[in-house]
Amino acid sequence: MHMLLAQAAGTTISVAAIGKGLVYGLAAIGPGIGIGLVFGNAIQAIARQPEAAGLVRPIMFIGFALAEALALLGFVLFFLIH
Amino acid sequence: MNLAAGPPFTVPDINELFSYRSLVHPFKIGPVTFHITYLTIVMFVLSFLLCALFIAAFRRPAVVPGKLQNLMEAAIDAVRENIVLQTIGPDGDRFMPYLTAVFFFVFAMNFMEIVPGVQVPLTSFMAVPALFSLMAYLIFNYLGIRKQGAYHYVKDTMFPPGVPKPLYVILTPIELVSKFIFRPITLAVRLFANMMAGHVMLTIFFLASTYFLFKAHSLFLIAISPAPILLSIILTGFELFIALIQAFIITILTAVYIDESLHPAH
Repeated sequence: MHMLLAQAAGTTISVAAIGKGLVYGLAAIGPGIGIGLVFGNAIQAIARQPEAAGLVRPIMFIGFALAEALALLGFVLFFLIH
Repeated sequence: MNLAAGPPFTVPDINELFSYRSLVHPFKIGPVTFHITYLTIVMFVLSFLLCALFIAAFRRPAVVPGKLQNLMEAAIDAVRENIVLQTIGPDGDRFMPYLTAVFFFVFAMNFMEIVPGVQVPLTSFMAVPALFSLMAYLIFNYLGIRKQGAYHYVKDTMFPPGVPKPLYVILTPIELVSKFIFRPITLAVRLFANMMAGHVMLTIFFLASTYFLFKAHSLFLIAISPAPILLSIILTGFELFIALIQAFIITILTAVYIDESLHPAH
C-alpha cells in the first residue's frame, strides 16, 4: 500500500509530507472542539454565577489541559514521521 | 512572483534547534551517557538561584514581613489557594513543599524561553518533563497503594463504582490504559510539546523578522517588516503567559492525581 501510494505520488518524500501535514491537522480537530466547549461553558458558568469564578477556573484549566494533550500528541507525531 | 531578491527563506532543521554541544567530554555512569551542556549549567544555576531566593525570603521569618518575604509569601499563597486547597483540600498541605517546588522550578525553566542569553525553554527537552511526570507517577501510585491497599487500588481503577455492569467491558481497558500508561505520558508530553512548539514558533518569527529586514533585499518586504517584528514581540508576551499556564497545569494535574489516590470516589 505504501509503495503504491509512493508510486502514485511520484516520490516517497511527498507521501511523508502529506502525512505530516495531515497528522497535525486531523489531531487538532477534536481537541479544538473540546477546548472550545471547555472554555465556552466555563465562561457561561462564570457569567451566570460570578462568585463561582474561583471554583471554575482550576477545573477549566484541567479540562483544557486534558483536551489539549491530544493535539500535542499529534504535534509530536508530526516530528516522528519520516 | 518572487518578492525576494536575496536567498530564499529557510527554516533551520528541528534537530539543529535543540542540539547543544557538550562542554566537557561525555562521561558514562552505568549505561547512561552524560553530556554537560550550556543548558545543564543554566539549570543548575537556576536551581541554586531558586533555593537562594527561598532561603533569603524565609530564613528569618518576621511577623511583619519585609519586602522579599511579602512577595514570596504572596507567591506561595497563590499556589496554596489556587492549587492545593482547590484540588486536594486541607490535608494537601503535606504536599505543599513538593508542589511549590514543581511550580516554581518548572516556571523558571519555562521562563528561560524569553530570557536573553538562553532563549530556549529547558522544559522543551523531553528528559526534564519526563522526570516531573515520573515523580508524579511514583507519588500517586505510592499514595494510592498505601491508602487503599494494592488490591483495592487497582480494583477501584479497573471497576469504578456506580457504573452499570455491562459497561465494564469497555470501561475497564480504557481506565487501565489511561491511568497507568497514558497519564504519565501525556503529563510529560503536554509540557514538552507546548514549550517546544512555542520555541519553534518564536524562532521562526524572529528569523522571519531578520529575513524581511536584512536578507531579502526587497523594498516591499522591508516596508512590511514592522508586522513580523510586532508579531514577534506580541508572541513573546504570549509565550510568557504560556510558560505560567503550563507550570500551573503540571502542578494542578499532579495535585489532582494525588487527590484521586488520597480520596477515592465512593
